[in-house]
Amino acid sequence: MARKILLENINVPGIHTFDVYRQHGGYRAVEKALKTMTPDTVVEEVKTSGLRGRGGAGFPTGMKWSFLAKPEGIERYLVCNADESEPGTFKDRYLMTHIPHLLIEGMIVSSFALGAKTSYIYVRGEMMPQIRILERAIAEAKNAGFLGKNILGSGYDLELYVQPGGGAYICGEETALIESLEGKRGNPRIKPPFPAISGVWACPTVVNNVETIAAVVPIINDGGEEYSKLGIGRSTGTKLISASGNLNKPGVYEIELGLPVEEFIYSEEYCGGIANGKRLKAVVAGGSSVPILPANLILKTINGQPRLMSYESLSDGGFVTGSMLGSGGFIAFDEDQCIVRNTWNFARFYHHESCGQCSPCREGTGWMEKVLHNLENGHGKLSDIDLLVDVSKKIEGNTICPLGDAAAWPVASAIRHFRDEFEWHITNSKTAMEQNYGLANYADSLPKLEEAIQN
Amino acid sequence: MLSVTEHKEIEFSADLISKFEEIVTRYPKGKQKSALLSILHLVQAEYGWISPEAMDKIAAFLQIQAIEVYEVATFYTMFFLRPQGKFVLEVCRTGPCCLVGAEKIMHHIENTLGVKEGEITADGNFSWRGVECLAACGMAPVLQIGPEYTFYENLTEESVDKLIENLKNKR
Repeated sequence: MARKILLENINVPGIHTFDVYRQHGGYRAVEKALKTMTPDTVVEEVKTSGLRGRGGAGFPTGMKWSFLAKPEGIERYLVCNADESEPGTFKDRYLMTHIPHLLIEGMIVSSFALGAKTSYIYVRGEMMPQIRILERAIAEAKNAGFLGKNILGSGYDLELYVQPGGGAYICGEETALIESLEGKRGNPRIKPPFPAISGVWACPTVVNNVETIAAVVPIINDGGEEYSKLGIGRSTGTKLISASGNLNKPGVYEIELGLPVEEFIYSEEYCGGIANGKRLKAVVAGGSSVPILPANLILKTINGQPRLMSYESLSDGGFVTGSMLGSGGFIAFDEDQCIVRNTWNFARFYHHESCGQCSPCREGTGWMEKVLHNLENGHGKLSDIDLLVDVSKKIEGNTICPLGDAAAWPVASAIRHFRDEFEWHITNSKTAMEQNYGLANYADSLPKLEEAIQN
Repeated sequence: MLSVTEHKEIEFSADLISKFEEIVTRYPKGKQKSALLSILHLVQAEYGWISPEAMDKIAAFLQIQAIEVYEVATFYTMFFLRPQGKFVLEVCRTGPCCLVGAEKIMHHIENTLGVKEGEITADGNFSWRGVECLAACGMAPVLQIGPEYTFYENLTEESVDKLIENLKNKR
């Protein structure tokens, strides 16, 4: 069994309560940090660990923390991003439901490191049950003296609050989240200034994902050096992977970064293979925004090396033959899934979730949805395929926030890798209404594909 | 769409107001507008939807312009701007759920309730709609029912029938 450091105790009965969590070594990181460390040494420890943001961007957390401005007399804030909305991602829901004190403990240590006296956990509004769970956990921690005034006699004060969102994917983007926390529409802000200089209420602010903050706990307990020994290269530590789609055992798995993708999909320890004895057609490895890859390219890189679950290996080959680790939302498609229909579904999602601030995204996502809807329903033209690529290119890089890119990539990558399926949909529109294209050569060995890409 | 046809004064209960007041204390002085999303959720839980009159009242409570409430209530998809059924079945319609049959579940709900997406059953008990990813893809297909947002996972046509029966008997 691989080593687990976040979900080690997830199956202990009652671990969601303060007492059981504490009996299993909980809140040791708070004691260690507040009694034996300074805020700066906590930041150093996180830098040493090599921890990278687990929400999708993969930016080094310690570096993000060190950018925080610390002007005299101005409050600083830590905001936890629990607006988990990326299709395919459900790890934060799992963590908050089953082991909420891990997040609370991470929030206390991280707030101490950043000098925040008030911190917020912004949870997507649909997760009302998780909001109740967190509020109960905060009350328990406060009762036990781990929150409030003069925590453990250290002189450090911290209040922690939970705020619900209102059902908007865009609020997972950190500046949109900050707007929402201020009680406004979730329209992303133009950067700079970055939140580290001017965030919530124009005060210096750090926004971190739930899993990132939870990972600070083992980093402080065991030391950044120990944490950095886990994983591979610059992908240190463990990662929660949300596995969904046509798998025998979908669910949340904690993996050590560097695990081969093939082992993750097929071993009994993880997903146990493709459901109903079918074959794998494609995978979206890091949440709906990242490029979709056909089976042959997700299992091996273009050089024939086994593809690993790490930031570097998943992006090997760039967007031509690679993808991204993203948020770890691992969606598997079996041989009977229609790539065109799925691409339309994702395009509809991004159109629905575009905040409407930037024209390329507001209009472009709408056009992509419409064109794909036509294609899926037998009214497509061959020129539509290039039109989709053209629209996606005009969105990408031309918007205030990354939602535009996130909308463009799934469409562009689906066409890049599954163009024959799109063409078949158009030239055989009647048949396409009744049956799917099937597996085709997506699971074939690589040389053939290499040839195809060169052509 | 936000539309005002007739103006009906409403009065928030003392209990609701005291909840609003507690939420405001979570934010720095003068930043009470941050309480807006929490307050909108509380109002929707109480009335089943958010009327223009309720928005005006909220604006007055928070000492902000009414437009600041309108623009937020209309931006976030969780807030209902017109009355709904007593139970609103919100089914996830995004990719991962569709890979394992969410579209079939939505058709089944439509046929069972006999109303289209967004409409209310004649007895006023139910309405339904497709919503975007609910972050529960490993337990797909899923639906949720507010105001507590109880989750129903790994849906089948049979489990949906049972759920609807149970809700009918719930008063």
